[in-house]
Amino acid sequence: MEPILKPFKEQQAPPLQSSGFVVWLRSNFFSTWINSLMTIGLLWVIYQIGSFVINWGFIDAVWFGESAKACPNVHGACWAFVTDRWRLFVYGLYPSELRWRVDVFYGLGALTIAAFVFSFGPITKRLRLTMFIGFPIAAYILLVGGMVGLKYVTPEDFGGLLLTVVIAAVGIFASIPLGLILMLGRTSELKVISKVCAYYIEFWRGVPHIAVIVMFVALLPIFIPDGNKIDIVVRALIAFAAFNSAYMAEVFRGGLQSIPAGQFEASKAIGLSYWKMMGYIILPQAIRNSVPALVNTCISIFKETTIVLLIGFSDFLGIIQLSLEDPKWLGPPHIFSSAYVFAALIYFSFTFGMSKYSLRLENRTNVDH
Amino acid sequence: MSEEPVILFDKVNKWFGDFHVLRDIDLAVAKGERIVICGPSGSGKSTMIRCINRLEEHQQGTIIVDGIELTDDIKNIDSIRSEVGMVFQSFNLFPHMTVLDNLVIGQHLVRRLPKGEAEEVAMTYLERVKIADQANKHPGQLSGGQQQRVAIARSLCMKPKIMLFDEVTSALDPEMVKEVLDVMVDLAEEGMTMLVVTHEMGFARTVANRVIFMDEGQIIEENTPGAFFDNPASERAQSFIGQVLHHQ
Ligand SMILES: Nc1ncnc2c1ncn2[C@@H]1O[C@H](COP(=O)(O)OP(=O)(O)OP(=O)(O)O)[C@@H](O)[C@H]1O
Ligand SMILES: [Mg+2]
Repeated sequence: MEPILKPFKEQQAPPLQSSGFVVWLRSNFFSTWINSLMTIGLLWVIYQIGSFVINWGFIDAVWFGESAKACPNVHGACWAFVTDRWRLFVYGLYPSELRWRVDVFYGLGALTIAAFVFSFGPITKRLRLTMFIGFPIAAYILLVGGMVGLKYVTPEDFGGLLLTVVIAAVGIFASIPLGLILMLGRTSELKVISKVCAYYIEFWRGVPHIAVIVMFVALLPIFIPDGNKIDIVVRALIAFAAFNSAYMAEVFRGGLQSIPAGQFEASKAIGLSYWKMMGYIILPQAIRNSVPALVNTCISIFKETTIVLLIGFSDFLGIIQLSLEDPKWLGPPHIFSSAYVFAALIYFSFTFGMSKYSLRLENRTNVDH
Repeated sequence: MSEEPVILFDKVNKWFGDFHVLRDIDLAVAKGERIVICGPSGSGKSTMIRCINRLEEHQQGTIIVDGIELTDDIKNIDSIRSEVGMVFQSFNLFPHMTVLDNLVIGQHLVRRLPKGEAEEVAMTYLERVKIADQANKHPGQLSGGQQQRVAIARSLCMKPKIMLFDEVTSALDPEMVKEVLDVMVDLAEEGMTMLVVTHEMGFARTVANRVIFMDEGQIIEENTPGAFFDNPASERAQSFIGQVLHHQ
């Protein structure tokens, strides 16, 4: 018996532990000579990029200073520009004695995000709805003020990251409900409503956004009586909500189309009215199916905020550009590149967070079904 | 029969575009009657029974259900839908809710029962279809036969006077067909008015008062199950029965 048992026992040993890291490397990265060549090539590229980033961004970088003179080395990053100006980047021209209001706004924003990222048991749904509705209202009161004892601050003083976040948040928070309404309109059986919504959506999707923004800012005062009293920032925000709601409508329509006809039929067969059917059966499923595309749209809304540069606003990117023209910081191009690398990192960290969130939701919905 | 029929089709015609799918359908169904509808694929069986709860609209003729004529009037449609239950081939349970909530939602939103009461009713029906132990699962976690029994229970919770079944066993693995048919036989014994589209001849023979044979949008033949299956009058019915027998 023994000769038979022995090899059998050996086979039972867990393969990875006995063969180890080297074998794993070999089978994954060096299995054929082409594979080995690619692995070596890639390692070389990674090494080159990595050593550049470490030298440029850390070892040769200047972290603090008050003007371009602080950064004489053109082969290293000039983070001094960022550390010197970060207040301007984050708060824009918001009056400095009122900046705590912006801080509270950022804090509330973080809490709202937390409400959507983490689960809070049975109250999760209600909490999210409260935040989704409450945050925009609280944000408006905090930032603009002029009520409950808060001093009025004109939106034209918003700038930097604050303006970027406000535009993106308005774009997202307004376009989700508007998009849902438009989608319901477009799929309505009433011909007039569905045609109007379809044309609205097609119009905003078909016109370049730059044209829309410029048009709104220039033409709104002419269209609407007293339109010139509407703040120019608000006009831009309306434009932003207008075309993004068209995109959101299409996102939700995609989700709606993924619902099988049987769900509608079963709902009707038990006697649900149109609104109850949509509210309890169809939309919960359609919205869930829309989440990946919805987050995708949120990411592009966030990046697209930079087009307000064209109508003279200093959003995050704009204020960095403006600061670069400050004579104190005029200098060799490496200050420029450091500034834009910093901007890219900030935009990326926002959008990367969003796409990670969407991936997590996708995985979770997969488990549900 | 002195009593008025619960369902009445009078010269009903329907088109899908140019396609004439229902041709001069006349049919009267008495209370408590159990009718099996069969016929080749595409003959209009589903379309006909879907006209009863207005999942499809007819263009000519009249349909009267429980004394109410089907028109575009929304109120009529809603009150008829609350009288008529329907079970589909593909179950169509709501996947984002538990089994229990699938049964509660209609009672709560349409019959306006409070949640607790609706849950009690739901549990009694789940027990009737022998699936009470699955109440808190989601439909996706159930077998086909179990899902179809839940679908039947969901319809019954609405206390319908009429039940429509559209090939409810066709999507099931053979070993699950019986558990669903058993539930339907029970229901028939309680005197429910049933219109059943099926090719299950055994079921038709034991349960049906009448078999209706359709082809190309028309009712070709009507008879008792015994007479129809053993001695079909029309040639089309003969060849159809030949094929179905061959398959079973
Ligand atoms: N919404 C629709 N639009 C156009 N044609 C349709 C529609 N629904 C059904 N039809 C057509 O009408 C005919 C009858 O369909 P129906 O579903 O009533 O047949 P059936 O007898 O139930 O067939 P099966 O046994 O395959 O279920 C078929 O030819 C089908 O292609
Ligand atoms: Mg059919």
